[in-house]
Amino acid sequence: MLDILKGPILALQDFFFLTGRALRNIFRSPHYTDDILLQMDIIGVGSLPIVVLTGGFSGAVMALQMSRALATYGATGQVGQIVAITLVRELGPVLSALLVAGRSGSGMASELGSMKVTEQIDAMRALGTDPIQKLVTPRLLATAIMLPLLTIISDLVGLLGGFLVSSITLNTTASQYWNTAYRALVWNDLAQGLLKPFVFGMVIALVGCFYGLRTSGGTQGVGLATTKAVVVASVWIFVFTFFITQIFVNKQ
Amino acid sequence: MALNDVSFDLKAGGTRIIYGAAGSGKSVMLKIALGLLKPSSGRVFVFGEDTTDLKEKDLFPIRSRMGVLFQEGGLFDSMTIEDNVAYPLENAITQRNGKARIPADQIADRVREALRFVELEQTLAKFPSELSGGMRRRAGIARATVNEPPLMLYDSPTAGLDPITANMIIALIIKARDTKNTTSAIVTHRHQDGQLLANFRYNPESGHLQRSENNDDGVCARTTFMVFGEGRLVFEGTQDELEHSADPYVSKFKAVKP
Repeated sequence: MLDILKGPILALQDFFFLTGRALRNIFRSPHYTDDILLQMDIIGVGSLPIVVLTGGFSGAVMALQMSRALATYGATGQVGQIVAITLVRELGPVLSALLVAGRSGSGMASELGSMKVTEQIDAMRALGTDPIQKLVTPRLLATAIMLPLLTIISDLVGLLGGFLVSSITLNTTASQYWNTAYRALVWNDLAQGLLKPFVFGMVIALVGCFYGLRTSGGTQGVGLATTKAVVVASVWIFVFTFFITQIFVNKQ
Repeated sequence: MALNDVSFDLKAGGTRIIYGAAGSGKSVMLKIALGLLKPSSGRVFVFGEDTTDLKEKDLFPIRSRMGVLFQEGGLFDSMTIEDNVAYPLENAITQRNGKARIPADQIADRVREALRFVELEQTLAKFPSELSGGMRRRAGIARATVNEPPLMLYDSPTAGLDPITANMIIALIIKARDTKNTTSAIVTHRHQDGQLLANFRYNPESGHLQRSENNDDGVCARTTFMVFGEGRLVFEGTQDELEHSADPYVSKFKAVKP
């Protein structure tokens, strides 16, 4: 019985070691600024198209779905409020994070995994570079900075999508939509809407790098590491969004 | 356990050929020497210094005096050959805040020189994926020797290569050993590799290998052999002793098969 638990607990311990070292390296030299900027470009700018697309459509879908329920109460004018709150608090951060986990988290796991199985990580250490400093910390910083920015864009495009749907199908005026959307948001919403992607970003990068660096067993192992990285990061995103929401809901 | 009861030393200026079947622990031993893996018991000394309990950061200065060629070359896929070979020099500058032995403006020359040494000058701007297996290993040798380390470790430099390319790689290893006077440890499973390394030396005048005459420069005497079997050191000695060994497993690595 204890032997079954040994594996997962050891893995968890390794994960916390990696997290500790990656965070500590942020404040230690050498700083690989070039690598941070490169990763920000790959993760942030590279994910922009899909984040904009999904953000826009999720806002539009929210408006469509809610219009029927709101029509029952004759309150279709409030659609902006509902789209704004759901997007900023929950859908924007979670959907963007899931997309980035699928796109960049898997990329990190497969890139680092391939480097591991072809002895490039060993070579890096043999040549006197800390792979965590050179590979993990830049990815961690880049994802933690870019994901909140992506989420802001996704929220905005989502509100636009909601506006298009509500003005076409519900005939709400622009001022009515944007006014209710704007008034609905309080600092608490913005705070959780930005804290979430920051935390998710760290989770995605750390989980992706963790499984990448643990890869063993050749190319098959790389595939396995990629799958695990995406699945585990996605699950943790849902767990964290629950707890962060819990904290902020109680604060109100 | 990958290794058990293995103890040996490598004298400065010597060449050590490490034979063994796949999975006999010879690569693991090189990684322990580098400090990439930690032994569960026993001590490791490099350049007379006990490295067994050193932290990763404290190992860096010692590793900078060891060149390594990994099995498939270990080149970074994301960088060009030029950047790969320049990496040890650039890294020394980042790690020591600019106070490296080789200043930044000399790096390009050094890289060219190292690539000329392995006859790969024309591949500067290429990526490792564009090169053949033999070329990747030559580039790996260039990267390992670019900062002229006194100790070179080669992990199966000829594995998976055709005999012609394999001999070419061994010739480069001999050239690196004889022109730069490096201590070398070569892990291999090909008995031809050991024969070449023990009996040939690089002639700087002709630029070719030549059979070393009876102890004219002591290449043969300075070359010792080791055979690993299932994580144990089953043989250690000179070429003569290897050729006269009666052990059936050790005999597999003899030049003349019984």
